[in-house]
Amino acid sequence: MEIKILKNFFKRIFTNIFKDKKEIKLGFYGPPNAGKTSLANRICKDFTGEEIGAVSKIPHETRKVQFKEKVEINYKGKKMVFKMIDTPGIATKIDYEDFLKYKMSKKDAKERAKEATEGIIESIKWLDDMDLVVIVLDASENPYNQVNITIIGNLVARKIPVLIVANKSDLRKANIKKIEDAFPEYDVVGISARYGKNLEEFYESLFKLSKK
Amino acid sequence: MTKDEKSNLGKIKGFSIQFLPYSEIRDLSSGDRIRKILNIILGNNILILQGRLKPDEETRLIEDTMAMIGHIKDFKGIELAVIEGNGKQSILDRFKKSIVTTLSGGDLSAITIIGPASIVKEMKRNPKKIELMLSK
Repeated sequence: MEIKILKNFFKRIFTNIFKDKKEIKLGFYGPPNAGKTSLANRICKDFTGEEIGAVSKIPHETRKVQFKEKVEINYKGKKMVFKMIDTPGIATKIDYEDFLKYKMSKKDAKERAKEATEGIIESIKWLDDMDLVVIVLDASENPYNQVNITIIGNLVARKIPVLIVANKSDLRKANIKKIEDAFPEYDVVGISARYGKNLEEFYESLFKLSKK
Repeated sequence: MTKDEKSNLGKIKGFSIQFLPYSEIRDLSSGDRIRKILNIILGNNILILQGRLKPDEETRLIEDTMAMIGHIKDFKGIELAVIEGNGKQSILDRFKKSIVTTLSGGDLSAITIIGPASIVKEMKRNPKKIELMLSK
């Protein structure tokens, strides 16, 4: 009995010592074409000089989970190390015909649709492994999309901290207030990943949430 | 009715709307719930479900839907929306709701609408209403 108590005591001490040095698994989730990869690229480029993945106007450009390890973010003298995990956009429907309007061949469109469905399944499987999740939403779109609510509901059930990013704030139709109203219990940061607008507030919120 | 209007009506695909009381799924396992829902959707029905699924059941529904696309002819996925009638709630309201939810075995104040994407083009949702845009 005493040995077991001592063993648990040392285990707890060692876990706490190494906890701070561990990489924080930071996931980027959201619907397709919201700018998850653009934001992850912006952060990776700023702190490692390299990007995480390709971006495109065609939805479902990211069809596999992509990583960048040991991304050390320095902000106002503070430092944190993240494993960035950029996930394929989650949707409830995929129609290969939607890709044909981007001048894609039928064969390529069907292949893209197949890969996109597999990517969505992979994204969902990864939900369990995250330490912290940034939900990236397009500020010019309706935030009351069930996919957004479903992802957030799952993160809450798993007790994973959530930061909501209202991206594309540079667009005329962007409405950050609407996103704040839709998710009043969460910290919402309006940014433009494309133009690097308001990233300071994003890092501030990210660091605050990482400490929780 | 003009000739054009008549021909447009002729293009609307056949579908029905099914209402499922929560008691029909209350005692089912998560897997059986999803199976029952998907069977209804695959029969070209729009489902109105009393209550809502648990968060992990909603993601499982999406996963199973994705696994079926490309394997079932003309199946493109689903449109899904949940609406809850209670709006902003105080801590006390939430506490009361959690007791009621526990006693009734599910959140009965919500309504879930699920339809096949081949019929439901879009579900526009705001906090107070859901609009269904149907394909012609």
